[in-house]
Amino acid sequence: MRKIVLFIPLVVFLLLGSLLYFQLGKDTQYMPSALVGKKLPDFALVSLQNDQVYTQSDLPKTAYLVNFWGTWCPACHLEHPFLMQLAKSGVPIVGINYKDQQALAVQWLAQKGDPYQWVLMDERGHFGVDMGVTGAPETFVVDSAGVVVYRLQGVISAENWPSIKGYMK
Amino acid sequence: MRFFRGVLLSFVMCFSWSALAQEQMTFSSALHKTRYQSLVAELRCPKCQNQNLADSSSAIAIDLREQVHQMIEQGKTDQEIIDYMVARYGSFVLYRPLHSSATFLLWYGPFILLGLGFLAFVGVVMTNRKRRGGGL
Repeated sequence: MRKIVLFIPLVVFLLLGSLLYFQLGKDTQYMPSALVGKKLPDFALVSLQNDQVYTQSDLPKTAYLVNFWGTWCPACHLEHPFLMQLAKSGVPIVGINYKDQQALAVQWLAQKGDPYQWVLMDERGHFGVDMGVTGAPETFVVDSAGVVVYRLQGVISAENWPSIKGYMK
Repeated sequence: MRFFRGVLLSFVMCFSWSALAQEQMTFSSALHKTRYQSLVAELRCPKCQNQNLADSSSAIAIDLREQVHQMIEQGKTDQEIIDYMVARYGSFVLYRPLHSSATFLLWYGPFILLGLGFLAFVGVVMTNRKRRGGGL
């Protein structure tokens, strides 16, 4: 009986050790999105290219990406070439021009190419707040049932695309 | 003396930084202002994570402060504003965690450990007493 008691510190050490070990290397910046598992919030946003207003019912019926971007955002410059590649391979992307100026955004798409099915303007960032966006770039995966299944804070790239692609159903 | 003044100045600057992050806002009553201040102190900035909304100068914190200000002026209750933030950014935005099954250990773990420690203490005292012959 007394011998078992002597082993308690070892057991506690092993438990704590394994607990802490599995927390190592975790992304401390990762923040789960409150939107995952829900439909997109209602919106009525003006298109960047024409003056048409788009709402919920205009969204694609297949799985697609929602990409928040702005010309003021340095990481969006990095991300853009890969978005062009995705668009070429047939991935539908809805662009949200986040807290930007229309003229600058139009110029950017004319110069660098337009990977978006359509681009909506969120000049004041209100739709961004509804989506729980913290900055740009940020990308959401919406599945064919219209439910948000994944959120990526930061640049979408060749490295993380394979795992994101898995959510596109 | 000049050096001392420099040190003092940088000290004051450090503490006034959070005040710089606040924009000019007008409130219709002193109560609204107090509620605003306590709300932005208790909501966590979703971008910077280790700062509350009041202290952060990131763009999203500015937006959310404005949102809190608007909602207070619209007559929303504190709970409604907190629910609004949680619906968008998750319970993560609360500096004071909710009482739920996920945060049970966070809230009550220390008391459970204290209780276990007390039980162990009593146990040790009892066995020692028994070994000495069962009396005082």
